[in-house]
Amino acid sequence: MSTFLQQLVNGISLGSTYAVFAMGCTLIFGVLNIVNMAQGAFFMGGAYFGLEAARLGLPAPLALAVALAGGGLLGMLSELVIFRTLRARGGHRWMGLVASLALARMMIGLAQEIFGTQVQRYPASDLMQISWEIADVRIQLLQVVLLLVSLLLMALLAFVLQRSSIGRAIRTVAFSEDVARIVGVPVGRTILATFFLAGALAGAAGMLLGNLFNVVSPFMGEQMLVKGLTVIILGGLGNVPGAVAGGFLLGLIEVFSVAYVSSSFRDAIGFGLIFVILLVKPNGLFSGFEERRA
Amino acid sequence: MKRSVFALLLSAAGAMAFSSAALSETPVNIGIVQATSGGSAALYGLMQKNGAELAIDEINTSGKLGDYKLVGIHQDDAGDRGQSVNIFQRLINQEKVAVILGPTLATSAFAADPLAQKAGVPVIASSNTAPGITDMGDYIFRTSPPESMVFPGVLAYVKKKYSPKTAAQIYGIDDTLMKSAYAVHKKALESEDIKIVATETFQKGDVDYSAQLTKIKAANPDILVIGGLAEETANIVRQARQLGIPPSTVILGANAAISNKLAELAGATADGFTVGSGWFIQYDSPKNKAFVEAYRKRYSSDPDNFAAQAYTSVYVVADAVKRAGGVSDLKKLRDAIAATKDLEANNGSFSFDAHREPAVTPKVLVMKGGKFILAAD
Repeated sequence: MSTFLQQLVNGISLGSTYAVFAMGCTLIFGVLNIVNMAQGAFFMGGAYFGLEAARLGLPAPLALAVALAGGGLLGMLSELVIFRTLRARGGHRWMGLVASLALARMMIGLAQEIFGTQVQRYPASDLMQISWEIADVRIQLLQVVLLLVSLLLMALLAFVLQRSSIGRAIRTVAFSEDVARIVGVPVGRTILATFFLAGALAGAAGMLLGNLFNVVSPFMGEQMLVKGLTVIILGGLGNVPGAVAGGFLLGLIEVFSVAYVSSSFRDAIGFGLIFVILLVKPNGLFSGFEERRA
Repeated sequence: MKRSVFALLLSAAGAMAFSSAALSETPVNIGIVQATSGGSAALYGLMQKNGAELAIDEINTSGKLGDYKLVGIHQDDAGDRGQSVNIFQRLINQEKVAVILGPTLATSAFAADPLAQKAGVPVIASSNTAPGITDMGDYIFRTSPPESMVFPGVLAYVKKKYSPKTAAQIYGIDDTLMKSAYAVHKKALESEDIKIVATETFQKGDVDYSAQLTKIKAANPDILVIGGLAEETANIVRQARQLGIPPSTVILGANAAISNKLAELAGATADGFTVGSGWFIQYDSPKNKAFVEAYRKRYSSDPDNFAAQAYTSVYVVADAVKRAGGVSDLKKLRDAIAATKDLEANNGSFSFDAHREPAVTPKVLVMKGGKFILAAD
């Protein structure tokens, strides 16, 4: 029983980073309907922004703010340099895919040059060593804090999307760009803001994962992008609560396939299960909530 | 900016001076195929490039090779075996190298070494520890002791000191080196009559090992054997301790886990981590002290065993060039390398055995306070 509970803690903790990252993905891929392969590079960028901030001695909440802002700026940059230019010239969306893939490679190359290829870690602190053992289950303070931060970011995004004017603008653009233009929504600026939000979430996820597992490297975004794509398909494209639920679900699926089947088949089982889910519910697990899109 | 332009001019002038001087000398081109970019592999690649280049400069300055001048040609294969193959082809056909040092990863070696074997160009690896490397042909050598030479000694030490009854294993399933290290570890555990109570795997790029380690914790093994590279091993060790696998469970690693990076990433949790190595930094000999000092002076960091083995590789080449009377006949050079015996090296005297493996006595190292020290009996 304690082993089961420990695995549950492991899964939730892993899933929370997936969920934060996937929220950003679903905004771009689902809401704006843009294929942005650089989302994983923003995740990596955010981790380095946070790392550098932490090394400068900034307290953790400020370092997180730096990671959010850094990731957000990278997101905006990709919109301004790539996607806006391509849209203006009537480029096909596959061009955006290739162009953003190129941007991701360039960012990875740049990170290699600046930070080196070796794995780096966040500065150790005594706070990070604190853990409790409750009925043979180990829970680290770090895990609890990161889970709370993830939940806070989710609540914040929900608030922005549902209650703020920018959120309303995003939802209008998601519904139809033409309609948005007719009712006077500044489409260009709204898209730019969405890229900022998505980049910021990716950056925050990068810092969370970097802290939790002590790994920051130029290549950390590549695997994450695949997980992010998986989660948003699982949760339903453009469905923010779906992305959150899908993120936790993927974390739990990965952990429990190691726990109860075999670590050698983790991905085969994880992705196999997702395949089955999609066969049964082709619009994602939460397709019933379709009206809540964005 | 001005400064760097000046530096560029200066180095260009230096290169010209060098090329005119080289006219009176016979160059011995040495291909150095080491990953200096591309993730984990770069940890080992950079160290070996440093070690080899240090040795090349030392030998050239000493003038012990007379008119022969060693010229190191470094190529970065980024730990990608496709690139290793391309680089080997270029080094053999265009650069006409006399010998190739490397490549960094065993996976690359299995892809690229056969090209050198076919062309009759000797290869000396200093980080390949997988079984079967030298079986590829009589031109393939290594100064890195294979896992099968090192791990049984480590296990024998741990068994004598802690008398473990049970063990758990975790290893990288998508890495040639780690799969073979796993097999070596398993065989050694079985021959020591230690029962394997859990076997788990991970993949390249994984950062979360908590699910596997939770299973291992539930199996409550006396020792944990990790088949992973340094960065992976560091995180596995750290997460194992965080999940509450007690310090009484001794953690053992593969030869490839030896890196100064391990202590940096795992911090205090790495204390007690036990590995085997062909070399260690405090080895007490004038040659080793000189090596460590020169390395620190040039690179402002400590060498590891891979730097030390690459350094030895270059001295092996220089010694063989001298005995073979040059590099015009690579068959002769190969024979001279194979005949290397009692060469004074940074880990004692160095010889190749009949299978072109290094004849060294492996040492058991234990991590303490962020440094690997020789295990006390």
